[in-house]
Amino acid sequence: MSAATQQSTGIKKSLFDRGDKRRASQEVGESTANQAKGASKWGVLAVLIILTVYAVGPLWWLIVSVTKNKQQLYTTNGLWFAESFNLFKNLHDLFTYQDGIYGQWLWNTIWISLVCSAGVTIITVTAGYGLAKYKFHTRGLIMGMIIISFLIPGTLLTVPSFILFNKVGLYDTWWVMLLPGMFTPMNVYLAKVYAEGSVPTELMEAARVDGAGEYRIFLQISSRLLVTPAATIFLLSFVGNWNSFMWPMIFLKDYHKWTVMLGLQSWIARGTDSQYDLTILVLTGAFISMIPVVLLMIALQRYWKSGVTVGSLK
Amino acid sequence: MSNAKSAPATPQSPKRGGHISWRTLEALKGASFTWPFLAGFIFFVIIPVAMALQVSLYSKQKSGLGLGEATTKFVGMQNFVEAVKDVTFWTGLGRVALYAIIVVPLTQLLSMAIALLIDASSKRMASRFRIFLLLPYMTPGIVATTIWIYLYSPSVGPLTPFFKMFGLNVNFFSSGMVWGSIGQMAIWGGLGFNMLIMYGSLQAIPGEIIEAARLDGASELRIAVSIKVPYMLTSVALTTMLNIIATVQLFDQPFLFRSVSPQTITKDFTPAMMIYNQAFQVGNLNYATALSIVLAVIMGIASAIIYKLQNREN
Repeated sequence: MSAATQQSTGIKKSLFDRGDKRRASQEVGESTANQAKGASKWGVLAVLIILTVYAVGPLWWLIVSVTKNKQQLYTTNGLWFAESFNLFKNLHDLFTYQDGIYGQWLWNTIWISLVCSAGVTIITVTAGYGLAKYKFHTRGLIMGMIIISFLIPGTLLTVPSFILFNKVGLYDTWWVMLLPGMFTPMNVYLAKVYAEGSVPTELMEAARVDGAGEYRIFLQISSRLLVTPAATIFLLSFVGNWNSFMWPMIFLKDYHKWTVMLGLQSWIARGTDSQYDLTILVLTGAFISMIPVVLLMIALQRYWKSGVTVGSLK
Repeated sequence: MSNAKSAPATPQSPKRGGHISWRTLEALKGASFTWPFLAGFIFFVIIPVAMALQVSLYSKQKSGLGLGEATTKFVGMQNFVEAVKDVTFWTGLGRVALYAIIVVPLTQLLSMAIALLIDASSKRMASRFRIFLLLPYMTPGIVATTIWIYLYSPSVGPLTPFFKMFGLNVNFFSSGMVWGSIGQMAIWGGLGFNMLIMYGSLQAIPGEIIEAARLDGASELRIAVSIKVPYMLTSVALTTMLNIIATVQLFDQPFLFRSVSPQTITKDFTPAMMIYNQAFQVGNLNYATALSIVLAVIMGIASAIIYKLQNREN
């Protein structure tokens, strides 16, 4: 069995490393070509710097702005810090405004994203695995439905879902945020494609000969070979949940259940308040809300990049 | 490899059928991996789609003077006839289509140009800037829109005074400018990411081909135009067209812009906004559903045409 496992990791490795040889051969040729072109190197550097300034500039403005007080925000240079540092005061205002509603929204966003992503990962990876490795009657039918469902735009589902959820009492409950996102056909497809390539049938046969049942084979062997698509699906769905806006806006009425994005929009729409200038609160809130997802994406770059590539093979 | 071996571990023991072969049982267990997904898929996708088809054939009507309970009546295709004749809907669709046809290819072409430039002279440089270039892509859409709304804002943002220095009086929210403002934001969000994807696909071009072209005396520009661009174009064309179709559903960004500039961004600005407005502000769920079906059909036809063209090319 261990030999078979090794073989499968070999397959996985070769999936990831393809192109390395090409790259290596290219670099040999490249190094000579490069030396001749010092001038264009500086040109490229200039283009990259301009692009980086363009990409980071707005975020820099945000970081600078959250350290200012209301007056400084309107009067001082937007791209540099003012004399006094107000970040902590702004954070204090943000988390105490309206009895700390922002903290509530942040917490809602965190746990909803975590639970929904965990659910979608388990459900779609097992489904993709089942479709990839077993032959059963309804298999073709399910695959057909999955492919066809790619053509259904999200907008089409919103209004009938609203009617349906009202009927069965899901409207304005946590379930409406947790459940519908757990059954994305695209993820099943992604998991299936990956499982076909990375779970060897011989390995499963060997385990069967050793007396393992199908569920045990999945839990102890196959699931370990499916860590990459699982992590990809988890990450993409976490980010999708975190950023989602239209769905919670339609299905959550009680503002204590709202997510951060929805809350921020409501503050922007309100604009001013007798006590606080909401502009500073919106900016501080926006800044805090992007930190977790940016950190997560930086930490797990490998996974979402591979996910994007697999998705584009569709 | 006998019945006895797999039977004890199974919850569905083959009692009633007399004899079920272990292969059948294996297939059944394999199928059971897809059951959780299937249950959710039926409830959250198939039933809503079926409901959409049904709901769109009915209409809510108030009796005579608008007093008393509203009754729901079967009206057949009437909602669709109305939708086809609805000038507001088609204007919104045209607006979004025009926007997508300009912004999506522009983003792709700009990213391609930058990727080619970097590829032509240095292999390592782009990776040093990678994290910064990816930051806009990682920024949640609502946060990005919030930042740009304030950057564009005449009272807080640094852009209005910046353009004033050159004697330009720019109002980013005016009806002539607002699409440009939203488009610029989309380019900001996608440029760095697309550039890195394209840079990655350039790495996959076999080094020998480029070497051969160099030996034949082709200039770098010639290599880029005759080898690299055609190589990328096939994959880029498909993603470009699919992105254009997806953009038809544009909602979050213009909706947020509407909170600060309701005069220029009307409630029916994009098809998705119009559907939202019809369903949840006006309360005409039936008509909103009919509109979303029309939108889905248009998107479906467009995707089908693109896949046809793509397959013919191959």
